Amino acid sequence: MRIDILKIYKSLHTWTGIIAGMALFIAFYAGALTMFKQPIERWATPPQQQLPMVEPAQLDALVSQIQANHLAAQKAFTLHFGEHENTTAPISWQQDGSLWQATLNTQQQLQAQAVAPTEVAELIDLLHQTAGIPGGTGHDRVGIYLMGVISVLYALALVSGLIVLLPTLVKDFWALRIGKNLKRLWLDAHNIVGITSLPFHIIISLSAIVFAFHDQFYDSLEQMVYREQPMFSRSKPAPLPENKQLMPVTQLLANIKQLAPDFQVADMEYFNLDKPNAMIRVAGMNERFMVRGPDYGYLLMNPYTGEITNHSLTPGRQDSWSEIITAFFALHFGNYGGPALRWVYFVLGLGGAFLFYSGNLLWVESRRKKQKRNQPTVSQPRNTRYLAAATVGVCLGCIAGVNVGLACSKLLYSLVDELHSWHYLCYYSVFLGCIGWAFYRGAAVAASQLLTLCSATALLIPASSLLTHVLGYGWLHISAATLAVDIMALLAAAGFFLLAKRSRQRALNGPGDSVWSAIDPKTH
Amino acid sequence: MSKAKPLKPIRPDWLSKTLAGAVLGFTLAVAISGLFAWYGPGGIDAPNKTQFIMWLIAPLWMTLFSTVYLFTSGRAALLWFSGANLLSFGLLWMVQL
Repeated sequence: MRIDILKIYKSLHTWTGIIAGMALFIAFYAGALTMFKQPIERWATPPQQQLPMVEPAQLDALVSQIQANHLAAQKAFTLHFGEHENTTAPISWQQDGSLWQATLNTQQQLQAQAVAPTEVAELIDLLHQTAGIPGGTGHDRVGIYLMGVISVLYALALVSGLIVLLPTLVKDFWALRIGKNLKRLWLDAHNIVGITSLPFHIIISLSAIVFAFHDQFYDSLEQMVYREQPMFSRSKPAPLPENKQLMPVTQLLANIKQLAPDFQVADMEYFNLDKPNAMIRVAGMNERFMVRGPDYGYLLMNPYTGEITNHSLTPGRQDSWSEIITAFFALHFGNYGGPALRWVYFVLGLGGAFLFYSGNLLWVESRRKKQKRNQPTVSQPRNTRYLAAATVGVCLGCIAGVNVGLACSKLLYSLVDELHSWHYLCYYSVFLGCIGWAFYRGAAVAASQLLTLCSATALLIPASSLLTHVLGYGWLHISAATLAVDIMALLAAAGFFLLAKRSRQRALNGPGDSVWSAIDPKTH
Repeated sequence: MSKAKPLKPIRPDWLSKTLAGAVLGFTLAVAISGLFAWYGPGGIDAPNKTQFIMWLIAPLWMTLFSTVYLFTSGRAALLWFSGANLLSFGLLWMVQL
């Protein structure tokens, strides 16, 4: 290939990678964990919040009792059909700014309470979507738009990386040259991971661009393409019935079964009950199909007539356009192959995080000042020292911050009132503290120390389960999915411990002309 | 047989090529998606097609953006992308007459 093309795309790859790398590391690390958002949420849900579930036939009585006592539930509420630790009641609704849940006790009497469900899984998901960049609410978060820009750079980095690799791809593909030249080894590893997971990365980068900028894309299409053409068809809302008698839940479930027999209902969200566009959004799963949301597909119903008003997002009942669009979503979410595929996505996500981490290391190594024989020890230039420190601080700080955030779900549960703000406080203080420490001590010393911190904080996760359970103010769920959270944290603790040991050895015994050397050149 | 003229090396022209890829690449992607909306299967008013059209923008835009650096100069990139924009929007305008 022409050398000028290679040179241009090498520069493009280097600089898009350096700008986007650390934000992408956070997004991929948190994204890999988000593959198990449900198990993490189950792990962090206090059994103290659990109310008894009721049979579907009893739900109508429950709803009418709640609506008689709680005006807010006359407009909107949600029925829950899940069977796991994170489904703590058959019904919930928003009232005076907090979430309420209720059930019927054995005497068929209403038992209602305000509840603060765990938000730690939501925090991890938010880190995935925004890389933790604060500002804004809902979809209008600064972090989401910035990650959209980052995703554009990421797409450019993918194409340019591929172009740079093409001339030597066949020769070097499976070559992992383990030897004296450590930079070569890192480059080989970077290339193997990059090429083998390229389809995954193309899907993730393009869908992340759409997730950030869909409103702007729609606006552009409206102004430049559709103009007077309506972009979406709206069905006319049915008139609100006089008596506002809700269709019995068992009848609604029967209607759903008739349309989609294998659709397993997870929850039914009733909203706008006092308006002509009153609606139920039913969320559910069908293992045989890709679904539109991270976990569920959807259908819309009229709460008064029980009629299914929209099944364009219902697994197995979509038209061909909707099915193609659902594939785009599902390929990002990894929701189409049960737990096995979630593990595959988890590994791909961690592989992505490795790609960005190793990319930064390669940038540092390419700018390394070599020591000449019989010359005094060299110190590395400031830009590589800073990038090495930032990479170590940001990446390891994110990992340690998430660990501490998770552990305080149980450690602080009965000690503080506003647990969810403590999750944020814990994450950001650990994250920023690690970055500060990495710059203060330099990458070489900080790397092994922060890896030790990652190991210790990961250990804190299963320890918090065991400790608070033994002391009697926390809990230890014993379902397989929640135990897997504890066990994975334990394995991660062991992994980080080994990495810490290795990096300490390198800092002390490795070559002195490296940012990873802890030997101070001034003392020699 | 005459020897082929040696190719002129590609100028990086980062600013102008990035501008062409980011802005003109985007509008061109919107126009091509728009042509698919009008001429593609189902026509402009096929139900549930609009979101698919919206999804088309990202892969088209990124393809254009990532290949813009292959132009010999920033000027050539701006000229070709402008021309392609004019052509596509011309076709879009014709179909809406």
